[in-house]
Amino acid sequence: MSSTRRVNIEVGVEWGLFLCASLSIFVTIGILLVLAFETFQFFQTVSPLEFLFGTTWTPLFFDQQFGVLPLVAGTALVSTVAMLVAVPAGLLTAIYLSEYAPTSVRRVVKPILEVLSGVPTVVYGYFALLFVTPLLQNIVPGLSGFNALSPGLVMGIMILPMMSSLSEDAMHSVPRGLREAAYALGATKAQVAVRVIVPAAFSGISAAAILAISRAIGETMIVTIAAGQQPRLTANPLVPIETMTAYIVQVSLGDTPAGTIEYQTIFAVGMLLFVSTFVLNLVSNWLRERFREEYS
Amino acid sequence: MRSDRRLSKLADLTLKVAGLLVTVFGLSTLAVLLFDIASDGLGRLSWQFLTSFPSRRPEAAGIYAALTGTVFVIGLTALVVVPLGVGAAIYLEEYGRKSRWSRLIEINIANLAGVPSIIYGLLGLAVFVRLLGFGRSVLAGSLTLVLLILPVVILSTREALRAVPSSLREGSYALGASRWQTIYYQVLPVALPGTVTGLILALSRAVGETAPLIAIGALTYIPFAPDGIWSPFTVLPIQVFNWVSRPQAEFLRNAAGGIIVLLGVLMLMNGVAAFIRDRAQTKMHL
Amino acid sequence: MTSHSIPSLSGVAAQSAKKHDNSSGLKTDSTAAKIDVQDLCFFYGETQALKDISVAIPSNRVTAFIGPSGCGKSTFLRTLNRMNDIIPGVRVQGRILINGQDIYDKATDVVELRRRVGMVFQKSNPFPKSIFQNIAYGLRINGMGSTRSELADRVEESLKLAALWDEVKDRLKESALSLSGGQQQRLCIARALAIQPEILLMDEPASALDPIATQRIEELIYQLKNDYTILIVTHNMQQAARVSDATAVFWLGRLVEYDKTDKIFTAPSEKITEDYVTGRFG
Repeated sequence: MSSTRRVNIEVGVEWGLFLCASLSIFVTIGILLVLAFETFQFFQTVSPLEFLFGTTWTPLFFDQQFGVLPLVAGTALVSTVAMLVAVPAGLLTAIYLSEYAPTSVRRVVKPILEVLSGVPTVVYGYFALLFVTPLLQNIVPGLSGFNALSPGLVMGIMILPMMSSLSEDAMHSVPRGLREAAYALGATKAQVAVRVIVPAAFSGISAAAILAISRAIGETMIVTIAAGQQPRLTANPLVPIETMTAYIVQVSLGDTPAGTIEYQTIFAVGMLLFVSTFVLNLVSNWLRERFREEYS
Repeated sequence: MRSDRRLSKLADLTLKVAGLLVTVFGLSTLAVLLFDIASDGLGRLSWQFLTSFPSRRPEAAGIYAALTGTVFVIGLTALVVVPLGVGAAIYLEEYGRKSRWSRLIEINIANLAGVPSIIYGLLGLAVFVRLLGFGRSVLAGSLTLVLLILPVVILSTREALRAVPSSLREGSYALGASRWQTIYYQVLPVALPGTVTGLILALSRAVGETAPLIAIGALTYIPFAPDGIWSPFTVLPIQVFNWVSRPQAEFLRNAAGGIIVLLGVLMLMNGVAAFIRDRAQTKMHL
Repeated sequence: MTSHSIPSLSGVAAQSAKKHDNSSGLKTDSTAAKIDVQDLCFFYGETQALKDISVAIPSNRVTAFIGPSGCGKSTFLRTLNRMNDIIPGVRVQGRILINGQDIYDKATDVVELRRRVGMVFQKSNPFPKSIFQNIAYGLRINGMGSTRSELADRVEESLKLAALWDEVKDRLKESALSLSGGQQQRLCIARALAIQPEILLMDEPASALDPIATQRIEELIYQLKNDYTILIVTHNMQQAARVSDATAVFWLGRLVEYDKTDKIFTAPSEKITEDYVTGRFG
């Protein structure tokens, strides 16, 4: 092969691979453009203030109101329940696995936890609707068939492995020296874990928690199946609500032509969803960077 | 002093027990879930169930359309994501090591990995279904899933490439090989098992995805198997979702049966991935 | 320091000498030198690893490079086949002429350079392929064997050159990783020789091997030098004394002394050299 031909092939290959890598930039630009475009159109009809601060959401009814707060409240409610489960349980699991559990236990438990996080969300939705809700209805009076409690709990379990594994990583990064110094002073495992490791790993653990919240907010199928389709501005986890994600599904299942205001609402809500998760991810990354700087 | 010691020991024990209980609780939820699904749905599994199309009558309904839909969609997704994802990973890992543009791409990919899956659905809806006019087809669905799992494929392929020792590359360069020759003939073959494993795991995630495909308009009632990339389609999780949304108990049983099929497909894929990973491990330690 | 008899260098250069600046007692006409290094400086980013290296290396000889760890010997070797190009952020100043041509000139074909200047690494790095494929790879990418029989012939040739043929001729299809450490290193030498280089760079080729394997490698080097110009980096001074015709001493990125091996080890001119070879530091 002549050397010019060889060089041409090399350059060609490099350019081709470069384009593949740059595709991801176009995806991000695409997401931003698409969401921004339709949201902009939406704001020609509905004022941003009404959207962001209005308390009634009925775009699909005859009397259309476009206040998104009920959807935000629904998302926040379910996510809060999920966090109340995932954060403490995930942290406890992480502490147990990293400080107490023998290697054999860890080797069995960790793959199973991974399986937990790999179960498709429709399956969790089924579980929430048909097992957890009926079960809770025996315990909690007044729990309606669709509610925020049941999907919240199930979502918490789904996110627990992620919280646990990220917290474990954070705790693992704490230098051995700190650990050993504490043990040398005669501290128990609990004292070391709670008084030394967790505080030292705090930014890493917070980063994990924030990432978990971001995941909860973006979760779709569990809430679509089990939380209901009634946008409601409430803090009561026992009644049906609707989350931002479930709303998008609801509209997508229907026959909404492009260009209509209803069509635009899914992008406006999508934009809100995207911005919230993006900001949370940024904060989480920033915390993780700070954590890494502390210990390197 | 003494009671202090005893108190801390008690606290220690409490923490240990609490940690153990919580862990067990988490694990047992999985067991309960699987048991619940199995008891609801195992009875429904039958040859008829696997080979029938959905129907208004739950006893006659089956999962065939969804199963073939999944195969079509995931197959096309795999075909498209391999060159794009592996290509991007090769570039980032072997060519653009220190350039600022590469850093930007890396950060971008990390961000994309954290975007909710339904947003990808909206992107697919606007770009593939509407702008490019692909309609609610297998093609639009697959391309949307490609964008969704692309970050994961890139990350896992990069790991596989990174695991290839640099002494291999050096040996190749010293013989006068070009960068691409070195990558193609030496690095890729060694990184292949890790790449394939990562790919299968990414695809198994795509198999379970519902939201983005609903957003691009995959209809929930499809009584036929797809007949090409332009065909409308449904997939296993959407079919399950459809059945779960009906009040009749028989449809709920169908949903459970569908879930078992879905989980079966996933187990198969993960099993293959684990098998490849193990075989590669033993081969390397020759 | 024992040294078995090495053919004397004074018989080589019949032309008049051109002395180089840095304490080189070696009279070599630089125009007849195979490799002529002129004021070479090398930088890893801000750090300068090689300082004003000038040396003329004759052909068909073994030249050893000794000195404490980290003083630039390997870096120097890798400038000769431009392996350092792979590392981002490196800078080269000065000239390196091989057969009279500056290898850092823009017009130089790096691929062809690396064919002519072969390299054997400290830790043997055979490809995870069969013994045959290890050698065939270099042949194929350099267009030196299109038919199976051509390839087979050249593979056999190079394995014989590396004194490995008898041991592996019946198992060419087996994985190269199934060979012992010493055999793997000889395979790497065969792999380098297959593409017919003129110069062979060896970076501590025997440091990971047991004494018997090391001896075989040294015997091999002794046989090869009739047809190749060999540069060997070693931290084993006895090895340098046994195997090489001339020795260059590196210290902190500088070339301190370059002379016939005999002289370096028995009557060095520089104090640093004397301290190093007598073991006062290392």
